[in-house]
Amino acid sequence: MASIGKITRRTLLATGALVGGGLVVGLSMSPNRLKLGSDSVLKEGELQLNTWVKISPDNKVTAIIPHSEMGQGSNTALAMMLAEEMDADWDLVDFEYAPALPEYANTGLGKGYLMGDVGIPAFARPLVDFTFLQIAQAMDLQITGGSTAIAFTGEHGMRRAGASARDMMVRAAAARWNVDPSEIAVANSVVSHGSRSATFGELSTEAAKLDPPQSPPLKDRSQFKLIGTSQPRRDIPPKVDGTAMFGIDIELPGMVYAAIKQSPVFGGTVASIEEGSIAGMPGVIRVVNLGDAVAVVADKYWRAKTALDALDVAFDAGANANVTTASIFASYTDELAVNEGSAHVEEGDAKAVIADAAEVITSEYQVPFLAHSCMEPMNCTAVVKNGKVDIWTGAQNPLAARTFAANAIGVDPDNVTVHNQLLGGGFGRRSRDDFIPQAVRIAQDVGMPVKLVWSREEDTQHDFYRPAVSNQFKAVLGDDGMPIAWSNHYINVGQDEPADAPNIQYGIENQSIRSVGMEQPIPLGPWRSVGHTQHSFFNESFIDELAHAAGKDPYEYRRTLLAGAPRHRKVLETAAEKAGWGTPLPPGRARGIAIEQSFGSIVAQVAEVSLSEGGDVKVHNVTIAVDVGTAVNPQAVESQMQSGVIYGLTAALYGNITIDGGRVEQTNFDDYEMIHLAEAPEMRVHIVNSGDTTGGAGEPGTPPIGPAVANALFVLSGERIKSLPIKQYDLRPRNTNQQLSQAFGQAAE
Amino acid sequence: MAFTLKVNGETHTVDVEPDTPLLWVLRDEIGLKGTKYGCGIAACGACTVHMDGAAERTCVLPVEAAEGYEITTIEGLASGGQLHPVQEEWIRNQVPQCGYCQSGMIMAVAALLAENPNPTDQDINDTITNVCRCGTYQRVRDSIHELSDA
Ligand code: FES
Ligand code: FES
Repeated sequence: MASIGKITRRTLLATGALVGGGLVVGLSMSPNRLKLGSDSVLKEGELQLNTWVKISPDNKVTAIIPHSEMGQGSNTALAMMLAEEMDADWDLVDFEYAPALPEYANTGLGKGYLMGDVGIPAFARPLVDFTFLQIAQAMDLQITGGSTAIAFTGEHGMRRAGASARDMMVRAAAARWNVDPSEIAVANSVVSHGSRSATFGELSTEAAKLDPPQSPPLKDRSQFKLIGTSQPRRDIPPKVDGTAMFGIDIELPGMVYAAIKQSPVFGGTVASIEEGSIAGMPGVIRVVNLGDAVAVVADKYWRAKTALDALDVAFDAGANANVTTASIFASYTDELAVNEGSAHVEEGDAKAVIADAAEVITSEYQVPFLAHSCMEPMNCTAVVKNGKVDIWTGAQNPLAARTFAANAIGVDPDNVTVHNQLLGGGFGRRSRDDFIPQAVRIAQDVGMPVKLVWSREEDTQHDFYRPAVSNQFKAVLGDDGMPIAWSNHYINVGQDEPADAPNIQYGIENQSIRSVGMEQPIPLGPWRSVGHTQHSFFNESFIDELAHAAGKDPYEYRRTLLAGAPRHRKVLETAAEKAGWGTPLPPGRARGIAIEQSFGSIVAQVAEVSLSEGGDVKVHNVTIAVDVGTAVNPQAVESQMQSGVIYGLTAALYGNITIDGGRVEQTNFDDYEMIHLAEAPEMRVHIVNSGDTTGGAGEPGTPPIGPAVANALFVLSGERIKSLPIKQYDLRPRNTNQQLSQAFGQAAE
Repeated sequence: MAFTLKVNGETHTVDVEPDTPLLWVLRDEIGLKGTKYGCGIAACGACTVHMDGAAERTCVLPVEAAEGYEITTIEGLASGGQLHPVQEEWIRNQVPQCGYCQSGMIMAVAALLAENPNPTDQDINDTITNVCRCGTYQRVRDSIHELSDA
């Protein structure tokens, strides 16, 4: 990802500027800049929304994208949104990645937060003081996460920037030909009037002298020509021939390599290092004690790693030496017993209904810690010279990376340049930039350019994990079997994000959803879809329990309860219908269904699962229905849905980071299992274009798959999966003569 | 120690410890960064190259064992300015997401199809055991079938 050439910070602040003979249109919403007109939900000065488009004299249009590319393809979609409003020739449109400067702060995140569309993810919190949340502070975010790229940068930035640029082109042409702007047509980057025409490039210099419009009109969906068509992603060609540059691929003149070993016990410190143990090993330059970690620097990576493995180092375990997974879950159970928690949702009087009920259905669920396991292990290359710092890495939040690097050695962030690279997977992990300060400190210590590469073992054992949490449900069914009270009492370990994750869309009159805040010692971070991962498993498993308790079809049960949520209902119906819900299946197979709304999108999934006599679980296929509002690039939405399913299914079947003695027990892909092609189900994606507010696609595919599979396994085994991963269970097919309360949507037996 | 390797048709002499994995020799000595490190224990396939046409995981392969082979990395898969059919299909079907695993995935698939131009699903399951954390498996399978003879 190149930095953006000659455009300096100063010129970026100009709006509608002439740069290199072409036009740069910048959008922002602070008072002295372009205003976005009456549809803005924000008051003047509240928010800067920065989106930039360059039109060069050779008729190329370049969108400048403030997000990182980690495989979601949203940058192609963002450029499509710009091109659509500009009526640009898609073949002449490209994008560049924005540098890590505050002008590119992803204020969409902040805006979404204020509008209540999306919570600012927990990983943003180190950057934002929420005790007096002001949007100005949220401006320090430049995040790719929370599935915000299309929903916010695209809808509020790219489309408007495109419309503004188009308007300026039209007015420039009108002035040149002395005609009324309303008589001018624009198509494929060409502006025309009768027999006269000019390209965007030819008009760019004249257009740059005009004021950008205050309130450019946006197209109606029915006018879209490019949005909604499947387009090849522009980032793909370099990914098939080895030329794509990831952080780990950086090479600088005079560069040396660092391998690192961190205290295995969280919170531990280096007690002693016997440097003599690696005396004479080839290529070793220095051993660096970072306090909680030790790094060996050598002229080659393999030499650094070999020496590190041989190095005699002892750690003090510190306060967490006795922490185990069991001790953490036990602390949750103890706390739930004594702590009513704080109200997240209180509607009606669930407590009273439950107290008066003759029969109360109760259940408890739990999920484990999970690692992200990005395919590219954490790495960062750093140069520290004359008080200036340069870093090369793949960061989901380059602006925060700049701050982390600056703080590591106490320099001003203005002295740090982030050269952001392609990310070999992000999933939330690369918003936490612990490896960046390490690289910067090592580089300062050795006075040479240093590439720090974590081993897979370090990556697995020193993640910011999806939290292990648990909950307790109570519900009461009415005479018709439908729930009249829903109580969810859940543990929240500071990752209760986004705020809507524990909510249910089902029309249940009395709801009590209460969170019990707790501390625990394992480092936590956002993990693809954040709180939805656990809450979807909890809620969609328990609603399934209620359906079976009522003797009703779990699909029809959900459908009835979604009477007041037509978008959800449509997605649920689409998934069920496309999956052939209720039609016969081969013996030994069953379907399970689940639905979840997250990041503004709704996804329902039907999993077709079998369970062998020997207890082998196989997920044969998954039918996915998704409503992202408008799918800008449908083929990319499809691949994100498939991606989300595989990520969620890996976790549901296998994912289990366990703690013993305060340290993670898993190390690498041999003991932290991954799904391979052989276990990957066939996935069919059905896009429901409701045209409603645009939501994200990167995360919403992940939450429903776990409960969908678990619900199918209940039908097959008679056993309710209450704790993930599924591999912990010794499941066997139930005796089909002995009737399960009901087995709907399944094979005729 | 000096070792002579034939990589993408060129001969390279490298001076490294004999147990240095071929992966790090390719990346850090020869400068071919397309071959990736994912696990270091032969469990993910990110480091797959061809040795005399067969797919090999290089993160556990000592350089001393790589002498004498025709080694092809992702950078050498295209020939005469023409992408390999697997690479072309990967673009057509938009297979890569983050892309990090795809060098190894493409090399594994190219080796499979060279050996078995019409693999069954079972053949694919048995042979393509690369890990892709982005979950591109559906398109990988579809593309292998697309490339098959039948
Ligand atoms: S890096 Fe070689 S198999 Fe994973
Ligand atoms: S494309 Fe990202 S790991 Fe495979």
